[in-house]
Amino acid sequence: MSTGNMNLTLKVWRQKNNNTKGALVDYKLSGISPDMSFLEMFDVLNEDLINKGEEPVVFDHDCREGICGMCSMFINGRPHGPKDLVTTCQLHMRSFNDGDTIVVEPWRAAAFPVVKDLTVDRSAFDRVIAAGGFISVNTGNAQDANNLPIPKMQADAAFEAAACIGCGACVATCKNASAMLFVSAKISQLALLPQGQPERYRRVQSMVAQMDAEGFGNCTNTGACEAECPKGISLENIARMNRDFATSKFISEETV
Amino acid sequence: MSGFGNAFSSSIGKKFIMGITGLFLILFLIVHCFINALIFINDGGLTFNIGAHFMATNWLIRAGEVVLFIGLLVHIFQALRLTLQNQKARPVKYAVNDGKANSKWYSRSMGLLGTLLLIFLVVHLKDFWVVSRFTGIPTVDANGHEDLYAVMREKFQDPVRVAVYILAMFSLCYHLLHGFASAFQTLGWNHSKYNGIIKGLGVWYSIIISILFAAMPIAVYAGLIN
Ligand code: HEM
Ligand code: SF4
Ligand code: FES
Repeated sequence: MSTGNMNLTLKVWRQKNNNTKGALVDYKLSGISPDMSFLEMFDVLNEDLINKGEEPVVFDHDCREGICGMCSMFINGRPHGPKDLVTTCQLHMRSFNDGDTIVVEPWRAAAFPVVKDLTVDRSAFDRVIAAGGFISVNTGNAQDANNLPIPKMQADAAFEAAACIGCGACVATCKNASAMLFVSAKISQLALLPQGQPERYRRVQSMVAQMDAEGFGNCTNTGACEAECPKGISLENIARMNRDFATSKFISEETV
Repeated sequence: MSGFGNAFSSSIGKKFIMGITGLFLILFLIVHCFINALIFINDGGLTFNIGAHFMATNWLIRAGEVVLFIGLLVHIFQALRLTLQNQKARPVKYAVNDGKANSKWYSRSMGLLGTLLLIFLVVHLKDFWVVSRFTGIPTVDANGHEDLYAVMREKFQDPVRVAVYILAMFSLCYHLLHGFASAFQTLGWNHSKYNGIIKGLGVWYSIIISILFAAMPIAVYAGLIN
């Protein structure tokens, strides 16, 4: 790993588990390269800590290329740090200055309990998906794709909604810890396509009910989620979900 | 309500109620502002008092008044419920949270702005509504109508009251700068062809209505109207 010349003070949230209280702990780091990613900088910190016989900082990560959504870090008051449209693993130390103090906290939401240090449990998202974020397909041959014409605009909007990586930055940044952007993306990617139609109005009712049961907050339309989403998921999806929800409750005869 | 399931108790349903009552209050303010703006005719309040008399005696308006109070109370009650729930959704706060990086301060302060409005409303209802409906307006004008205009002129001689009214109109302006477009988004009325119109209309509405309302106490206090 290349060495560099940045000196940093980190204030990192350390918490043993969900039953204990956590606190910010100061760490001094030197010789950080501006070309490192934020996670590589944490690797250096952890190496230091291990060498000193201390417990390394536990943080989530997997792909380190912006597609898995695991790298949840709330950096200087923003999810995934100061850059727009990137995850923490795509954030480079050149986005900071030598001598900076950087505060790193876990996502904070009742629905995302801290597991340890910076790692939170996002299985609430999985349960929301399991409640309806799928299509039921009978086995058999796939039919000819030309039998399912989809307008280009519609296909594009579905594709854009499907870009959501389930990172939870929207929840983390929302002043109400609301999951509306995530849930609306997962609903929209199916609601916009023909395959999603048969279960469209069941889906929105079930997924919204699960979202509420998980203890996420309500939406105030501040737009913080859209601004912080690494995949640029649009607020239009929330409006579409609200519209589908109204249709499902007041027009569709099927109540879930 | 069988058949509607949790239509109004779910998170989205609660916001529907917020949005509908909010838009209803926005419509009400247009009527309210129009009638009040009659003072700018500057005819010693004769026209204004005709308007006020009509508002006080027309049965449809009186029925509307009941709906208005219900709407307002539901809006406030729902705001309180949502705010409490939202606070519960984040029990541990961030040590550092850079809200201004991703959203407008007034969109994050709807509860605060609403509370300022609520305090103002108590003062305002005591100033005018209680007087015209209960304790009685002491004098009549040349047309023989209750002289609400005179009551207003007397109230707005007090600089503290004028300041409270102006401050409240700042709160209203910011509450609606976010609330107007937000209500449309809540109700799912988001459409690429209309979004610009809704946003623009929201900004113009908020600014114009707040300035018009604020101009009333200012004009009376400054002696521009007599
Ligand atoms: C004449 C007075 C008022 C008008 C015209 C008005 C209008 C609105 C509108 C249009 C919204 C947006 C609804 C949405 O996003 O769906 C809103 C939201 C809100 N209002 Fe009001 N309002 C008024 C008074 C009040 C009062 C007195 C309070 C509180 C005591 C209040 C508290 C709130 C809160 C907290 C929200 C945000 C709810 C959320 O999105 O989480 N408002 N208001
Ligand atoms: S909507 Fe954006 S911020 Fe929210 S989980 Fe999906 S990718 Fe992450
Ligand atoms: S580690 Fe996979 S998105 Fe960052």
